[in-house]
Amino acid sequence: MNEEKEVTEEEQPLVLQKLQDKFGDALLASTEIRQGVAVVVNKENSYALLEYLKTDLAYSYLVDVTAVDNSKLESELMQYDYARFMVVYHLYTYEGETSRIRVKVPVHEKDLKIPSVIELWKGANWLERETYDMFGIEFEGHPDLRRILMPDDFEGHPLRKDYPLRGRGERESFNFEKQNV
Amino acid sequence: MQGGMERTTGEKMVLNFGPQHPATHGTLRIVLELDGESVVKATPHCGYLHTGFEKLGEHLDYNQYIVVTDRMNYLSPLSNNFGYVLAVEQLLGIEVPERCQYIRVLMAELSRLADHLLWLGTAALDLGAFSVFLYSFREREKLYSIFEKTTGARLTTSYTRVGGVFRDLYDGFENDARDFITNFPKALKETHTLLTRNRIWMDRTKGVGAISSDDAINYGLTGPCLRATGVAHDLRKAEPYSSYEKFDFDVPVGTNGDSYDRYLVRMEEMIQSCRIIRQALDNLPDGPFSLEDNKVMMPDKSDAYGHIEGLIHHFKIVMDGHGVQPPKGEDYCATESPNGELGFYIVSDGSGTGYRIRIRPPSFFHFQALPHMLEGGMVSDTVAVLGSLNVIAGELDR
Repeated sequence: MNEEKEVTEEEQPLVLQKLQDKFGDALLASTEIRQGVAVVVNKENSYALLEYLKTDLAYSYLVDVTAVDNSKLESELMQYDYARFMVVYHLYTYEGETSRIRVKVPVHEKDLKIPSVIELWKGANWLERETYDMFGIEFEGHPDLRRILMPDDFEGHPLRKDYPLRGRGERESFNFEKQNV
Repeated sequence: MQGGMERTTGEKMVLNFGPQHPATHGTLRIVLELDGESVVKATPHCGYLHTGFEKLGEHLDYNQYIVVTDRMNYLSPLSNNFGYVLAVEQLLGIEVPERCQYIRVLMAELSRLADHLLWLGTAALDLGAFSVFLYSFREREKLYSIFEKTTGARLTTSYTRVGGVFRDLYDGFENDARDFITNFPKALKETHTLLTRNRIWMDRTKGVGAISSDDAINYGLTGPCLRATGVAHDLRKAEPYSSYEKFDFDVPVGTNGDSYDRYLVRMEEMIQSCRIIRQALDNLPDGPFSLEDNKVMMPDKSDAYGHIEGLIHHFKIVMDGHGVQPPKGEDYCATESPNGELGFYIVSDGSGTGYRIRIRPPSFFHFQALPHMLEGGMVSDTVAVLGSLNVIAGELDR
């Protein structure tokens, strides 16, 4: 982590202080990144934290929602109680110095549900659909959680690490005609 | 066809727009629910051009992936190349030499011009202004010959490398570029006389597909579509990268956020791009065009053939597990591509291939906001609004 360094109490950005005061133990980790901060928050408090960031701290622009499958990244797995997925939100504010915030939420494979933020940002609609499509994360409260990039009858979630690059089933079920030599 | 003359009939008709429709410029599909001629509901569908770029990123090494970025926004591949390598370089913690930064700025701005010109031509063509299409493609052709001379390809440029660009500008580049930016504003004036005060063009675009600035931010619009609503946000100013802080240029904004304002903003952006190019040409620094660190960049060909050390470096860069290996970590890096914020979120596990490469494409958000702009409007405005957004299927579906 070349651009990230451990935050000491005195010099940390105001946003981070506010988040720590409000959420305390729910913040599992926090680091400073270029032009902002990154925090890891538990799933129970993720919606409250994102709502707080949007309504009280003016992070009005949701840049991105995506996920990372950490199943082959041992260090991350160890750190967050073997949660397989990490849902990643990027936020941006048009005001203030700490312009960017990255919020990460660990999600266990046995419970893939996470609250949807579509009430806060309309733009989250397709982003959450894509994350569902690619990783199988289920966003609770999403009105229209369908696949978006893959066909509706597609099986599996292609960006999971156990999904092969060349697809599953497509080649095996392909009929080759035998050549008469 | 009962009540066909009335504006609304209470009866609904479903119209399938795309995926193969000439005005979609790619494989987009919108299902329109019509009542008479007004759009009641619009449902955009995407994924027809999904190619698994993000999955490929987990299997190709950092330099191999550059060729994939060409194919994202295929109207301005140089901007994608640029945005991607910048993200990897930030992950590596390296900064390229100043000349290289200027070359990249030059290429990014030239490709912004090319992108906007194609947008201008096709958006006007969709509304029946055929001559604008010919005028803008004439100019675009000049840019493409510059790209071809610089990179060896017109579309699949793959010009940048992690740590630099793969070769310097050619000898006559400055002349060609200066020639272009001197003549281009005159050519753009012709387009202004054809469109800007044109009664039909104004009637078809003014007040059509309007979106407020609050809604635009809420939907995540960026680039010209956001600036047309009056938000003066440009990443080149807000988070200057690659020496953009040294250039003097303005960020044009609109007021109404409609198709007409998006048109005006893009027209002015082209003029501003010319200003940046002129400054870059005036102040183009001498020096190496790439990082002279053989742990990152390929050594010179003569070195690779003539010296054992060069050969070893060449070998190591190419071999899996010896080349570019950013330390463990993650980074999000955004650049102002012609369409808006193009972001790369890269997670590295310390190996030569990315652990996760997430692309944040601007078109995805613009296409998502389309129903907001269409619903309640006329069916004939669909083409005008879609044209003004410049949705590129390649980066939409990735």
